Formats: sequence, structure tokens, C-alpha cells
Amino acid sequence: MRTEDLIRALAADTAATPAPPRRAIAMALAAGAAVTALLFFALLGLRGDIATAMTAWRFGLKLVVTSALIATALFAAIRLSDPLAPPRAALAPVLAVPALLAIGAGVEMSALPHDEWAMRWIGKNSLVCLTTIPVLALAPLGALLYAMRSGAPSSPSLAGAAAGLLASGSAAFLYATHCTDDSPLFVATWYPIAILAVTAAGALIGRKVLRW
Amino acid sequence: MQDKSDDIAQLMRAANAGDEGAYKRALALLAPRLRAIVGNGFRAYGYGTDDVEDVVQETLLTIHLKRQTWDESQPLSPWLRAIARNKLIDHLRRRGHRQYVPIEDFENILEAPSETGQAAASLDGRNLLDGLKPRERSIVEAISIEGRSSREVAEKLEMTEGAVRVALHRALKTLAARYRSE
Repeated sequence: MRTEDLIRALAADTAATPAPPRRAIAMALAAGAAVTALLFFALLGLRGDIATAMTAWRFGLKLVVTSALIATALFAAIRLSDPLAPPRAALAPVLAVPALLAIGAGVEMSALPHDEWAMRWIGKNSLVCLTTIPVLALAPLGALLYAMRSGAPSSPSLAGAAAGLLASGSAAFLYATHCTDDSPLFVATWYPIAILAVTAAGALIGRKVLRW
Repeated sequence: MQDKSDDIAQLMRAANAGDEGAYKRALALLAPRLRAIVGNGFRAYGYGTDDVEDVVQETLLTIHLKRQTWDESQPLSPWLRAIARNKLIDHLRRRGHRQYVPIEDFENILEAPSETGQAAASLDGRNLLDGLKPRERSIVEAISIEGRSSREVAEKLEMTEGAVRVALHRALKTLAARYRSE
């Protein structure tokens, strides 16, 4: 096939230009999060004492940290879909999340006597946390990876990792409103394990499906 | 050179807004520009330029399928070079090239005049269309090589024009995927 022939075929493919990645990603996040929210309210639901919990700083920190993860991972997913974006700059804001967690854990350790640290750290729901977050992340992860195929990431693995962070961040936000373990020591330990597992899965899948 | 890129960018914006004629002109203007970019890339990596047309075609196909990743408010050239470089590196990797030094001299290049001696260069010397389903293949061939309109093809194959367009789009995606999996 000569190049001019190819150009004729391309010009004849007059389907409207697809949505830019940022819009495709936003729509996928909304759809995936909606499915996950349904699943969450059907299976788990808010904790019983949500009204009192809302006033406590530890609970508030959970929401702030998971929201920060959603915001920075959304930014990263959009930037990483652009072939011109340097991956490091796209991902750098995500580092605010472990920084917030570290500050929270530091405050917690100074607020609590030593002999309570272990109890708060282990908590009661570590296994539930480790399984629920990945399960809740499935729908948004699938939707995001599908939508991000319209992008042109210079690093498909990192783009997939950003999808994993965003999906598990949304899952963690919902789970945080159910779980009664509020200590930053708990959150800084078990949430990241679950989130990093989903992120690794996103990177592995992204490497396959986000190549272009 | 910059003026020319601006022209192409202008045409691409019109194309995104639905001007099909502008799109065809943009692609025609892109081809020689890509030949220069890709040719320089091959030379920068120490290769001959036998496969330039091949990578140019693959890049055009990618530009078409990824045009939504170009931000219309930005200049076109950096995006163009990023796509071309990605396709070039892909191509070299398939040929067993292992070093990926960044190419700096993608800038300030002269345009390559036209298709070279291997003007009829087909995809990697083989016919990549072989990988398409028979119906998709006849649609692509009728439109590209025979220069027919999708309406003519629809009549000939007793399909609706919409179905022809869908099949064409799917065929182009298949071609791009086959390049990747080579």
C-alpha cells in the first residue's frame, strides 16, 4: 500500500474525533465509581456511628487522605495519557498522600501512650481492609483502563499504575466511611498494601492494553 | 518550517471540527514532514533509511487513531515528533535494537521531498492487509487503492454506508494493532 493510498483510507474514516483522554477518564471514573458505590451500599454501608465519627480528626484524616489520592491520581492518569507529558512530573503530586499519612501517624504516636500503639496499628479490620479495597476497585479499574486506551501514554505501565491508584483511591474513600479503625497508624499500614496491590495490577495490565 | 506546521495545525483543527477535506490535506502535508523526522531518526540511531516509508505509514495511522491526544491549543510539532519517535523506537525494537538514546536532532529538519525509490513501499515489505478479514480487506482496498467513496463501496458490497464506515474504522484499528504485535 502506498502512503497516498493509506491517506485516502484514513481520510475516509470520518468517525468523529474521539473524546480527549481527560473527558474519557472522567466519564470512566464516574461510571466505575457509581457501580462501586452501589456495591458498597448493598454489601457494607456507612458505619453506624458516622455522625459522631465525622467530628473526629482521625476519621476526617482518612477522608482527606483518600480524597487527596483520588485528586492526584486523576491528575496523573490524565497527564500520563499525553505522549508529551514527562511521567515524573505527572506522578509527583501523588507523593503528597504518603506525606499526609506520615504526618498523621506522627501526630498519633505523640498523642497516644506507647503501649497503645500496637493495638491501634493492628486494628480489628486489617483483613477486611485488605480484601474490600481491591474488590471495590475492580469496576473503576476496568472502566479506567478501557477509557485510557484512547490515550497515547509514553509509559503504558505508569499510566496503568495511575489507573490503579485512582481506582483503589476511590475504593479506599468508600471503605473509609465503613471501617471503624480510624487510627492513622492503621490507615498508613493496611490501606497502602491494598492500594499498592491494585496499583501493581493496573501497571501490569496497562503494560499490555495501553500500548499504542 | 514553523509556518508550515502552523498551516497543518490549522487544518487539523478544521478536521477535528468535521472538515473532511481539511483532514485529507493535513495528512498529505504531514507525510513529507514525517519522512524527514523519521529519516533523521533512523540516521541518528545509525540505521539506513530503507524502512522510512514503513514507519511513516505506521505514524500516519497512529496520528489518525490518536488525534484526540493532541491538545488543539498547543503547537502541533512537539506532539507530532512524540508520536513519530514512539513509532520509530517501536520499529527499531522489533528489529532487535536495544539502545534508546534520546534523539535530539529531531529539531530543525528539512523536509524530505517525496517518497523515495521505494515509493510503493508496503508495510514491512509484506502486505499487512493480509491480516484483515476478507470483507474488511476489500473495503480498505476499494477506498485506498481504487480511490472509491464509502458510498460506492457500500453499493458494490450491498452494505449500508454506515456499516462500511464502521468496518473501515475497525480495519484501521486492526492494522495498527498488527504493527504492534509484529
